[in-house]
Amino acid sequence: MTEKLLVVEDLYKAFGSLQVLKGVSLVLGKREKKVIIGPSGTGKSTLLRCVNRLTTPDSGRIYLDGVEITGAKGQLTKLRQQIGMVFQHFNLFVHMTALQNVRIGLTDVKRVGKAEATQKAMAVLERVGLAEKAGSYPAELSGGQQQRVGIARAIAMDPKIVLFDEPTSALDPELIGEVLNVMRELAEEGMTMLLVTHEMGFARSICDEIIFMENGEILEQGPPLQFFTSPKHDRTRQFLHKITELYGQGGEE
Amino acid sequence: MQILLKEFPSLLQGALLVIEIAAGHLTLGFLLGLVLAAMEVYGGKSISLLGRTIQKVLRGIPALVLLMLMYFGLTRIVDVSSTVIAIVALGLRSAAYQSQVFRGGIKAIESGQMEAALSIGMGKLKAIRRIILPQALRLVIGPWSNIFTMEVKDVSLAYSIGVLEILRRARFIIRYTHGNAMLLYCMIALFYFIIVRLGNTFLYRLEGKLWIPGFERRGRTKTRTG
Repeated sequence: MTEKLLVVEDLYKAFGSLQVLKGVSLVLGKREKKVIIGPSGTGKSTLLRCVNRLTTPDSGRIYLDGVEITGAKGQLTKLRQQIGMVFQHFNLFVHMTALQNVRIGLTDVKRVGKAEATQKAMAVLERVGLAEKAGSYPAELSGGQQQRVGIARAIAMDPKIVLFDEPTSALDPELIGEVLNVMRELAEEGMTMLLVTHEMGFARSICDEIIFMENGEILEQGPPLQFFTSPKHDRTRQFLHKITELYGQGGEE
Repeated sequence: MQILLKEFPSLLQGALLVIEIAAGHLTLGFLLGLVLAAMEVYGGKSISLLGRTIQKVLRGIPALVLLMLMYFGLTRIVDVSSTVIAIVALGLRSAAYQSQVFRGGIKAIESGQMEAALSIGMGKLKAIRRIILPQALRLVIGPWSNIFTMEVKDVSLAYSIGVLEILRRARFIIRYTHGNAMLLYCMIALFYFIIVRLGNTFLYRLEGKLWIPGFERRGRTKTRTG
């Protein structure tokens, strides 16, 4: 296996009396892409949010490139700069243009000069195909465009890994493709990615491993081909059956 | 009439002092109000409690009583003018009121905005300053114009601690001319009316100028007819 980039060890998290994560462990090598699937409410998003500490786990450890994220206090902002996050509801800064959204991390977090930051932000917007929308506010963009700006905002920081939390779930079906295309390009460029998604076709075509979670635990994981053709658990099979009914075979979207 | 012309500079000075106190106490209230709101919303248990307590105490005391308290309390300890006391007393109360307007604005911003800011490595304070407040403040210009309208007029309460604002100067004139009361009070009423109207017009314009696609705007909401 390649060099380990993200290591999650025995993660536990409860919200009140609800135990959301019950000892989740996973490893992501450099340039690897893994997709987490599973029924809603099983802790997939919580797991992602623990990785950049938007949620603090109760116990367990997370390491990014050998540095422990859990327990880090003063370094937290430094660590988060290395972890991009793309949200289900985009969460673009609504009072800023697309360009400002992408640029603010560079100017205000990385302290890059404005001219240089603008140049870089424009280049990243170009990459997601939205250079001509640089001056538009989020409310003036379609959902797909907003999410592409969201991806641009994340990758402009040159993160070591990007987390995707159901990036296409809030989109109209005809807008999903453009976002998946940007994600696919990113994957092909070698970005390390951890995704929660129901886009099985996409998962199959880009990821190294599929992780099936249920009730706060990882039930099964494996390379897509093996995972889809011969799942070990009955529960996995049921879930896959349901999701193919809903989203189609997903040979390719 | 002659006397009024002669006394006009005095009244003008009183009017200017009203504007000065209003600008001072609203500014003080703005800054402290932001701090109190941030304490309430983002502070941990104890900081939040402290913020709420300050806010509740200040909102629970009549402005006139607060003015008296500060006047008799402060002048014993330090040598400050009654004008400064008026600014501080009214400013503190304004901070308590404004904090609730700001708190509402901050709460109206989706939590995803803060999360996105944190996710790119922004510190919490910076996120509040660069992401949350620019949105929250745009939202509260309307409610804030209420604060402005009420509290500009409350400057007249400074009369009670001997500030030489427009009302006290008018009273002098009334006393030594033995008349003109109605005329002078009407002038003062007109003065406050004009200040309030000008201020509100400015705030409306500001709201329009700072408007961003996707934000609500006063008077632009489409209503269904029929």
